[in-house]
Amino acid sequence: MGLAVVGLIGVLVSIYLYLYKLGVLGAIACGTGGCETVQLSPYSRFLGIEVPLIGLLGYLAVTIVAMFGLQPQWQEARWPTTLLRIMTGGGVVFTLYLTYLELFVIHAICRWCVGSAIIITTLFVLSLLDRRPVRTG
Amino acid sequence: MATAGPQLKRFYLLLGGVAVIGIGALWWAVRGSAPKSIPANVVVTAADTVGFRGYVLGSDSAAIEITEYGDYQCPACEQFEQMQFPTVRAQLIETGRVRWRYRDFPLDNIHEWARLAAHATACADDQGQYWPMHEVIFRRHAEWAYDPKGGSRFQGYADGLGLDMAAYSECMNSVKFAGRIQASVDEGFLVGVNSTPTLLIGGRLYNAIGSDQIKALVDSLAGASQP
Repeated sequence: MGLAVVGLIGVLVSIYLYLYKLGVLGAIACGTGGCETVQLSPYSRFLGIEVPLIGLLGYLAVTIVAMFGLQPQWQEARWPTTLLRIMTGGGVVFTLYLTYLELFVIHAICRWCVGSAIIITTLFVLSLLDRRPVRTG
Repeated sequence: MATAGPQLKRFYLLLGGVAVIGIGALWWAVRGSAPKSIPANVVVTAADTVGFRGYVLGSDSAAIEITEYGDYQCPACEQFEQMQFPTVRAQLIETGRVRWRYRDFPLDNIHEWARLAAHATACADDQGQYWPMHEVIFRRHAEWAYDPKGGSRFQGYADGLGLDMAAYSECMNSVKFAGRIQASVDEGFLVGVNSTPTLLIGGRLYNAIGSDQIKALVDSLAGASQP
């Protein structure tokens, strides 16, 4: 359950950042200029795709898989947990890359990005703590 | 993850609650950032223009003054700013030969965001950041000038420059400098400006000239003024 709720919060944060990229929002409620610097930098795109859109799709996928895993017919299945661990693990790696860019390349910290980093890390930890047994071999 | 029926219902309620609160917050954020329009043809009072005759760059003692009448949304102004102005700045302004004066001349009928951009720079000027705002609005021209919601970008640029955003928002919401901008437009009409960018050099108006021609004009004027 926690995975779906936290995943949904990630979706909302990503929508907020993506709306800014689309020009719908004037400014990001950030407290400093760091968010603008990061969001307007060339690194706000990855392989030509806006990073907030990648986040939005990723969090949406995590939320959907987590909700599937809660359905009675899949409550004993191990694939939702395995899939969630792979997805959120990938998300953590991608977030580490983005954090590296913020700290050492862009030299600006976006608080919303830090928020997203906390969300994806929480999702990864929750997926590891999932009580569903994961058989190996 | 194993979940009983009633527990699943409570979960859906929680998830729905988070979604409703989140969507509400997003709606509030979008609504609150709607770009404001700056009224044109306002009555200009003395308070609007006292101590202000454009944004000045360069030495007070420079022998020649050039006034640019510009519109932030006009593509020719953006090209002039990016292609010609750096040379003019390096060769003429920073060497103390020319004092540059920028005056707003938004062409409201064809450029929806021009007056808003001018007002955003005036509010940045209120915090001593006129030229950085002027520069960033031109540099990011492609990002906002052709966007139906482009006017909402200026707030972000102000934030990016580290302006006091509460003061900036207050300035924008109160349309504090509508009169100042109108005074610039009125002055432009008075001297015969009808397009942008127009440069007033030595009492004559020039449209779309490059840095080489500007330098030649300055050289000529400097030569003529020598005994």
